[in-house]
Amino acid sequence: MTESAETQQHPVAGNRFVAIWTSVIGKKVVMAVTGAVLILFVIAHMVGNLKIFSGQEEINAYSRFLREVGWPELGYGQLLWLVRIVLLVCAVLHITAAVQLTRMNWRALPVGYENRKDVETTWGAVTMRWGGLLLAVFIVFHLLHFTGGLVGFQSGQFEHLMVYQNVVAGFSVLPISLFYIVAMGALCLHLDHGIWSMFQTLGWVTVQNTKSIRTFSRLVAIIIFVGFISVPISVLAGWLR
Amino acid sequence: MNLTLKIWRQQNAKASGAFVTYQVQGVTPDMSFLEMLDLLNENLQAKAEPPVAFEHDCREGICGACGFLINGVAHGGRRGTTVCQLSMRFFKDGDSVTLEPWRARAFPVLRDLAVDRSPFDRIIQAGGFITAPTGGAPEANNILVPKDSAETAFDAAACIGCGACVAACPNAAAMLFTAAKVTHLNSLPQGQPQRDRRTLSMVAAMTNEIFGSCTNHGECEAVCPKKIPIEFIGKMNRDLIHATLHHRGD
Amino acid sequence: MLESKIPSGPIEKKWEKARFDFKLVNPANRRKHSVIIVGSGLAGAAAAASLAQQGYRVDCFCFQDSPRRAHSIAAQGGINAAKNYRNDGDSIFRLFYDTVKGGDFRAREGNVYRLAQLSVNIIDQCVAQGVPFAREYGGLLDTRSFGGVQVSRTFYARGQTGQQLLLGAYQALEEQEAAGSVKMHSRSEMLDLVLVNGKARGIITRNLVTGAIDSYAADVVVLATGGYGNVFYLSTNAKGSNATAIWRAHRRGALFGNPCFTQIHPTCIPVSSEHQSKLTLMSESLRNDGRVWVPKKQGDTRPPSQIPEDERDYYLERRYPSFGNLVPRDVASRAAKEVCDELRGVGPGGQGVYLDFADAIRRMGEAQVREKYGNLFDMYEEITGENAYKVPMRIYPAVHYTMGGLWVDYNLMSTIPGLFVAGEANFSDHGANRLGASALMQGLADGYFILPYSLPNYIASSPLEKVDTSHPAFAATKEEVSRRVATMVNVRGKRSVDSFHKELGKMMWENCGMARSEQGLKSNLEKIPALREEFWKNVNIVGTGEELNQSLEKAGRVADFLELGELMCLDALQRRESCGGHFRVESQTPEGEALRDDEHFSYVSAWEWKGEGGQWELHKEPLTFEYVHLAQRSYK
Repeated sequence: MTESAETQQHPVAGNRFVAIWTSVIGKKVVMAVTGAVLILFVIAHMVGNLKIFSGQEEINAYSRFLREVGWPELGYGQLLWLVRIVLLVCAVLHITAAVQLTRMNWRALPVGYENRKDVETTWGAVTMRWGGLLLAVFIVFHLLHFTGGLVGFQSGQFEHLMVYQNVVAGFSVLPISLFYIVAMGALCLHLDHGIWSMFQTLGWVTVQNTKSIRTFSRLVAIIIFVGFISVPISVLAGWLR
Repeated sequence: MNLTLKIWRQQNAKASGAFVTYQVQGVTPDMSFLEMLDLLNENLQAKAEPPVAFEHDCREGICGACGFLINGVAHGGRRGTTVCQLSMRFFKDGDSVTLEPWRARAFPVLRDLAVDRSPFDRIIQAGGFITAPTGGAPEANNILVPKDSAETAFDAAACIGCGACVAACPNAAAMLFTAAKVTHLNSLPQGQPQRDRRTLSMVAAMTNEIFGSCTNHGECEAVCPKKIPIEFIGKMNRDLIHATLHHRGD
Repeated sequence: MLESKIPSGPIEKKWEKARFDFKLVNPANRRKHSVIIVGSGLAGAAAAASLAQQGYRVDCFCFQDSPRRAHSIAAQGGINAAKNYRNDGDSIFRLFYDTVKGGDFRAREGNVYRLAQLSVNIIDQCVAQGVPFAREYGGLLDTRSFGGVQVSRTFYARGQTGQQLLLGAYQALEEQEAAGSVKMHSRSEMLDLVLVNGKARGIITRNLVTGAIDSYAADVVVLATGGYGNVFYLSTNAKGSNATAIWRAHRRGALFGNPCFTQIHPTCIPVSSEHQSKLTLMSESLRNDGRVWVPKKQGDTRPPSQIPEDERDYYLERRYPSFGNLVPRDVASRAAKEVCDELRGVGPGGQGVYLDFADAIRRMGEAQVREKYGNLFDMYEEITGENAYKVPMRIYPAVHYTMGGLWVDYNLMSTIPGLFVAGEANFSDHGANRLGASALMQGLADGYFILPYSLPNYIASSPLEKVDTSHPAFAATKEEVSRRVATMVNVRGKRSVDSFHKELGKMMWENCGMARSEQGLKSNLEKIPALREEFWKNVNIVGTGEELNQSLEKAGRVADFLELGELMCLDALQRRESCGGHFRVESQTPEGEALRDDEHFSYVSAWEWKGEGGQWELHKEPLTFEYVHLAQRSYK
């Protein structure tokens, strides 16, 4: 059942980083490492978001700070762009590896079972692929929405750097808030399985710590979920106006 | 008790298969699952119908020959149990039971519930050994093995190669099987000289046999008759990355 | 005819002398020589890997889907080796002595001594391969005492020693396959041996997936196909374990040694119903702490907890006060049979005795019992649904191992030149009873350390004309095999293969099992040929020979058992003494213990096939004992 010679995997071929990318496990490690970067970003993002509860001044100042930080070594907004590029690269690698691995997995199981029951699989694990796809769609929308102000606002409503006003206006649109909350639900499930998976893929899980890592993973996922949805809910409830 | 069995029948690797329903009467709770199938086969043969082909040999849970899905779970769902050790005590009169072969591109069905698992042998051929030509071994106690290394090695070496891990995996991955052998040999001092080469070749062989990759669902561990933990997959991953970055090639 | 070829000289120098006298094959010439090995268990896989490493071209065959499934995998207890790591007085000589005595003086001293010598190398080899033996905290190998032996010489890997040793050999075999020096033929069953000019030069196999009948030629053929305990239908053997390879070789001229020597293991889970297909062994170590008893009263159906202490018969402790529950396997088995024959057996059908841990639990607490035997108690509960911490286990003896097998000389060659036999398939080292933890030792000694010397000697010292499968002998044998398969399939009778097998097994168990009498054996010798005749007229095999057909596979094996069973009874009938696992009711002491008759029966019986219909000629290889003095075993 081996494939033709050219698709054969060779133990180590040429450049070692290329070698990592070409092995199945290497791709998983790429997903784990890029996933870790993205999780750190998500946590930072959430902490930033929560500044909205400290009032208009605070969060708008924070928004300016993100652009000014690094000065005078770096110019206005340069560090932010650097971070954005790193995140973009991570997201692209994460998604590419996921797509390639998924295709490989589909190839390995061409005939499904009439009836196969899951024993251990969690909701997070099941929704990994489709939830991930939803997140990708959401991210594009989210960038167009709050970063670019290109969708979801009436003309003239979005003002650059006026984060507080933009958020309140943006989340006042009920369907957008609902989409946001659903996407955060998907993120929560994605992280519940993803954080644990990252540790497992990197070989940091042992028989002794496996339970704690699963709990930790779930806890982080829930905190992130609650942290993010607290904003649209507060807007809809009228606590932020 | 009487049971309704829905069994995958397929005459050979090329034929297309289908589920066929049978009634089996007079099953007693002290029978093993395979003895229940023996009974069915006796009845089928008496009617000149071909008996259901299924693999089995030792019937004590160690040879790894038996295995199929019972009601959707590999080996029937009792933890740490192969099909041959599964007792009919766990079924009730009137139960309806579905039997389906392992399914994976790498494991084509040969007949009914029997599949070809030879890819496992080829993964071992790629590096699942310690080169020790007969006769050249040093005095056994010259090699000290810390007790916990020996225990980890044994936990991994307990694998019986039944294929349930592949069957239960949503991606038909052979990661638990491969990781078990990698962990067994890489945990021992004797296994160190070939450690990098072994890990790289076995993972490559696993991929070449068209198994999928791990998505950490844990289904393999849940159905493993020897309760091999998925943490060994993580160990293998680490060994692979280390080998990829450090192995000096051939 | 029976030249044992044991080298002259003192016993500790015999193997050294043999190795020096062996002729060698030039390394450059080894690629030109081919070896067929049938069977991939400990002996077969070890021999295949070792010969391939030396440079011979090896073809290895097994009927299973992978060589890793060979039944060696099921051995639980451990492997003996005279390492004397415990400083407890063990030595090569002591292991040799124990094995000869344990075998009730029916094995060759020369062979057994060599086995004890090689035991030491086996452990070294297996450790180098990465077999995860149990360790002490300091990293040294752990050993334990096993089967009532006074020294701790048994190396073990939890309760799965056989599995780990087999995987070691399997991995070595797979390495050689990857290197191209071994070609493995899985799912191939040997159905006949091909002789050219009186030498073994090839085999005929059936591909178990396609049904194709194939021929393979080589310079030498090795049979390492295990024992024939499945003649009894119910045994601890794997369902596929069979005698076909050795039986076909026997019919081609290989003498069969001591066919009636069968080991019945005392601690198995009893038969629960007619549908039972297989017996499960519970480790012998349970007898270290469990007490064996039955009710004193016949037909006592009270639950064990309601039978008061003074109405229980701890019969092993009563009869053998010094060894008690730790008497050897054959003695414990026979005693269990006797109490059940007295209608004092327990459980369904009265075929069982209690193995009670109540005292052990009182003495050391349930937790410690759990730690020592937890996995066995779990296994027992999984199978029987009974909790052995609360109610006593029920055990009963079951067929476990066959000491008999094809007769071989010191070099493991049968009476057919070029046909070697290794492991349980040969009759060699265990005499009339095998000690615990010795089977693994013998299989690996044969495979790793004897065949790799003696087989090249044969190649180097025999004229081997060039033969390939185009030789007419192959076509003729293949034709015979095809005809036999076709005949069997075309009977289209009424009775299933299993029903014949069960009937044979029952006869063998009753009259050629734990106790054998002239009357019972003679009755079997009448009934077995009749059953065999019926088989060929009335067996029902559905399907064809050209497909994966498990009934056909079974039928071929049962057909051979129907012949072998007759020979076992014939052998048991002529051996009018009791020795080891062979108990003739006519030969016992006044206290009912086995009585050996060294004056008349100190020989190996070797049977020559003389044609269809129960015709054999008995040859005798006399046994002499220079180093171990003949003595009657006593465990009182």
